[in-house]
Amino acid sequence: MRPFEYSRSPSLSEASLLTASKDTLAIAGGTNLLDLMKLQVETPGQLADINRLGFAEIEDTGDGGLRLGSLATNTETAVHPRVRADYPVLSRAILAGATQQLRNKATNGGNLCQRTRCLYFTNIDQPCNKREPGSGCGAINGIAKLHAILGTSDQCIATYPGDMAVALSALGATVQISGSKGERSVPVRDFHCLPGDTPWIENVLEPGEIITGIVLPAPVCGRQIYRKVRERSSYAFALVSVAAVLKLTDGKFSRADLSFGGLAHKPWHDPRVGEALLGQPPSDTLFDKAADILLEDARGFGENDFKIPLTRRTLHAVLAQTTEDAA
Amino acid sequence: MTEMISVNGTAHPLPEDPRVSLLDFLRHDLGLTGTKKGCDHGQCGACTIIVNGIRINSCLTLAAMHDGDSVTTIEGLGTPDEPSALQRAFLEYDGFQCGYCTPGQICSATALLEELAVNWPSDASECLEGRIAITREEIRERMSGNLCRCGAYANIVAAIEEVATGGKS
Amino acid sequence: MTVHFKQNEPDNSNRLDGMKQGVLGKPLPRIEGLAKVTGTAPYAAEYPIDDCAEGVLVTATITRGEVTSIDRTSVLSMPGVIAVVDDEKLCTRAAQGTANEAPMQGPGQVCYWGQPIALVVAESFEQARDAAKHLSVEYREDEGAPVDPDAVEPEEQEDETVHQGDLAHAMAEAAHSVDVTYTTKGHASAAMEPHAAIAEWDGDKLTVHASLQMLNYNISELADALDIEEENIRLISRFVGGGFGSKLGISEEVVAAALAAKQVGRPVRVVQSRQQVFQTVMRRSETTQRLRLAADSDGTLTGFGHEALVSNLPGETFAEPVLQSSHFMYGGENRELMLNVARIHRMTAGSVRAPGEAVGMPALEGAMDVLAEKAGIDPVELRLRNIPEKNPEEGLPFSSHKLAECLKQGAEAFGWDRASRKPRQRREGEWWIGTGMAGAARVHNISEAKARVTLKADGTALVETDMTDIGTGTYTILAQIAGEMLGLDTEQVLVELGDTRHPRGPGSGGSWGAASIGSAVYIACKAIREELAAKIGASEEELDLREGKTASGEALTDLLEGKDLAREGHYEPGDIEDDYTASGFGAFFAEVRVNHYTGETRVDRMLGAFGFGRVLNAKTARSQCIGGITWSIGVALTEALEFDPRDGHLVNCDLAEYHVPVHRDVPDLEIVLVEERDGAASPIQAKGIGELGMCGGAAAIANAIYNACGARLYDYPMTPDRVLAAMPD
Repeated sequence: MRPFEYSRSPSLSEASLLTASKDTLAIAGGTNLLDLMKLQVETPGQLADINRLGFAEIEDTGDGGLRLGSLATNTETAVHPRVRADYPVLSRAILAGATQQLRNKATNGGNLCQRTRCLYFTNIDQPCNKREPGSGCGAINGIAKLHAILGTSDQCIATYPGDMAVALSALGATVQISGSKGERSVPVRDFHCLPGDTPWIENVLEPGEIITGIVLPAPVCGRQIYRKVRERSSYAFALVSVAAVLKLTDGKFSRADLSFGGLAHKPWHDPRVGEALLGQPPSDTLFDKAADILLEDARGFGENDFKIPLTRRTLHAVLAQTTEDAA
Repeated sequence: MTEMISVNGTAHPLPEDPRVSLLDFLRHDLGLTGTKKGCDHGQCGACTIIVNGIRINSCLTLAAMHDGDSVTTIEGLGTPDEPSALQRAFLEYDGFQCGYCTPGQICSATALLEELAVNWPSDASECLEGRIAITREEIRERMSGNLCRCGAYANIVAAIEEVATGGKS
Repeated sequence: MTVHFKQNEPDNSNRLDGMKQGVLGKPLPRIEGLAKVTGTAPYAAEYPIDDCAEGVLVTATITRGEVTSIDRTSVLSMPGVIAVVDDEKLCTRAAQGTANEAPMQGPGQVCYWGQPIALVVAESFEQARDAAKHLSVEYREDEGAPVDPDAVEPEEQEDETVHQGDLAHAMAEAAHSVDVTYTTKGHASAAMEPHAAIAEWDGDKLTVHASLQMLNYNISELADALDIEEENIRLISRFVGGGFGSKLGISEEVVAAALAAKQVGRPVRVVQSRQQVFQTVMRRSETTQRLRLAADSDGTLTGFGHEALVSNLPGETFAEPVLQSSHFMYGGENRELMLNVARIHRMTAGSVRAPGEAVGMPALEGAMDVLAEKAGIDPVELRLRNIPEKNPEEGLPFSSHKLAECLKQGAEAFGWDRASRKPRQRREGEWWIGTGMAGAARVHNISEAKARVTLKADGTALVETDMTDIGTGTYTILAQIAGEMLGLDTEQVLVELGDTRHPRGPGSGGSWGAASIGSAVYIACKAIREELAAKIGASEEELDLREGKTASGEALTDLLEGKDLAREGHYEPGDIEDDYTASGFGAFFAEVRVNHYTGETRVDRMLGAFGFGRVLNAKTARSQCIGGITWSIGVALTEALEFDPRDGHLVNCDLAEYHVPVHRDVPDLEIVLVEERDGAASPIQAKGIGELGMCGGAAAIANAIYNACGARLYDYPMTPDRVLAAMPD
């Protein structure tokens, strides 16, 4: 690690002030940041420890929803009685990621901000436009099995590696952000960016902005599924994952919110997929149509071509579970 | 005022260099080498310790961030003269070979028993709510953050199951 | 006093069976176990040494070329930095197992991406790690270094080649034939303890705490690398956090620590980062293997072909011995075997647990399953029909052969169902379920070994050797052998290992440790028994020792009359090595689930039956077997080194992306230990079991995948993408 100054931020405003500097990074759980600092992928001159700012509560909102403090740990979130009862897709997604030790330390805010696991990004002696703009993308024409098939650019084909945000996206959650200019809310679906020509910009956070919470809308009844396909049975990043909030009414889809992990630089949510399902009875033909829409612009890079049929099949498996419910 | 951390019941001042991981602080500064460094990146679990009752990877946290925290390492769980129930079970079931991942496995398993006791669900749980049945699949999932390259997993699970079920499995 | 025994004949006396103490073979807990479970067993980097500086290796960022300059000033002014070491004696590769001489030295020449080129030494680890990243290095790169094994003209390993009869003709005439090509990806040992060394000089005397498997060879390698006398070196490896081949020879950090400690005049510790261990130590080569099997109508093999392509760096003698057990596993008079090596600039290829069979057997045993299906013969039966009477190439007799027993006992214990060979017959929800099996073989290796046994005046015993225990159970089995021979409980036997001050053992590698060093201890104990017998006027054979007493009740302490009785046992394998084909054999059975939608495979249960000579400790032997099976799950499903196609660097150089099996990948494992006494294997009738447990297990899983879902795969590991690609609609 590069030497850095460490300070514990006593207040949000101070943390905001400090992290407005490009050279200062906020640290909470640290499970991703310290990993990258050891590799010198991240080299902040100053760390602002925001762990004692509060924001660790998980509390009901007035309208039946739930607010997750950004500093609540992934574990605290996954095991929270209301999350388990009303937002099981979120519990499942969190529990499908990392390990108990990591989830015990990682925070919700940090999880949203975690960086890609692209092995060209994490190796500072290899080219990476995200880490070193203009150096090229090592993964294109390199080892790219885990890489994106949707929303890529010729600058970057990295994926967002997390699970939690995929579920938050399906649930239509909102990120609460605080900065020197005040507070704002951004839907999780809009929080992460596609790489485009600026792959180093991964989310909408401005310098000095800190995530304070995540708001889940009031729950809807129906079926919530998190399905993660991975190479090991535990402790591996998703080849593809699907978070689904589905409901059948009178044998037809009355709710179909689907988000996907492992496919893109962000949790992938294509509203057209759900729209195609709504009002239709489940059938193989319908599932194929949904997959066609989802994968219309999918493009593989050789090693990850398999993600296209795998995504189709995984989506099929998830949607088929609703037919079992109906049966 | 000097910032302090409690390790196995003894208070110690935190290191000056903020870069020092909690793992290196334990191993190097305190000489508590029972906690192992296997990867230094949270990928193997050999450095698992228990902080304020919760298991974490000590490699991915800075010692400086732990002012006032209470840490339990393998040395705090038992000694050769007075091993813990899990330490005895690992010995009996041969839940280790080279021994390098072992302290991490045992710290992890110690915390796992507490997590089961309060019915935290896991990826292997059929149901997210209610009482969690202690199955081998549950133990395996919950221990998957602790790699054992010797391949002692089957014995480790047997040892943990023995302690978790009081030998009633 | 040294007692030397060179074994030219089988020893079928089974003397150990006649001893009275009754500790040998028992499933005793490890004698060093309490130290391990309480975190009090010290590993190499953990010795508290005053004033120890910290060194971090710097590695090359080009594939081939030379280092034209290293700007020391780029780091020497950084806080805490003490020195930059770029001595010509620095090693740039690890030594191959049993090399006995220094590995490649001279950091100025770069042969692979990630090769060590310098060491930065600082007061603290964080200072050294940071400075190592800042060291300014300039290179002259040779463009166009080949990194793809399929893109170069390979070299034939002629000593592996067999042309016997006419395989092409046999294939043409065969009632059933199979001609398939398998591939396996590279593997990493990934021992949990990273490679580490602390070096300390006292004048011209060097002490190194290191994590090494074979101190008897390592001391010569280090002496050669440093150009000093072995007498001036002491190596200590009392606890080794796993080796699996990666610590057979000295690796870069050992020499770097020694050179640095000399240069800065104080002790230096060097621990490789996990990424460095992946990139600088040893990989198992990827392989491409063509299998040709010709059989007559009842499945008897008439032809056997196995050709393999592996790779390594220029200048390396090691070539993954893929064909090792193929030479004798099955019959077939027409034989073609050939091993080719592609010279490429990826990191060094060397021994990783069960070199050869670990990847050769999964291919062979996969092909046998294809043949069984074609011939319509149960796969267990097919193997039973093809067990040769003697080595089908050299004509040598087998020292002992338990394949048939393993197949039969394994099938029985597993509940092998001959009727369920048709694929895609069982489905539960999204999952296809099926079973598969495979045979196992691993050549028996044995080595010269020395150990000193002292029967102390107080009636306890001390065993000393520089042999290591890398998790295999050496401490415990040596206590059991000595205890059995001397009539003592294992608590009465102190075993001291891993220190070159002790007599030279064989080192841990090639599964030869237990049989070799166990024989040395046996020989020493036998000599002590002769002395004791003489004291009571009996012959050694007549001497019954139990619980520290003779049969007539005389206490050892009385017989010893206040004096220690020490003997050094020196075992040397003689003609037995040339007169027999010796091997462990076994059989694997697996039940798997394959997801119809995602191609994910989960092993639901697995069983291994193994015959490997005398079982010295049923608990630790079983543990070796379950460890091997766990590795075979990795070979079958998850483990694959991925190299960049342009610069050849190892891309997935960490434990997040190189997927060793985790707890949840490994189901309940059942082990059947098939009793055997192999007198031509060693004087204690034992063979090794550290590797046999993974030699073919991957094929049982692959064959079960086919049986479950109808996807016949020829490429390991069988990850979801590959399973899906082969899955019938």
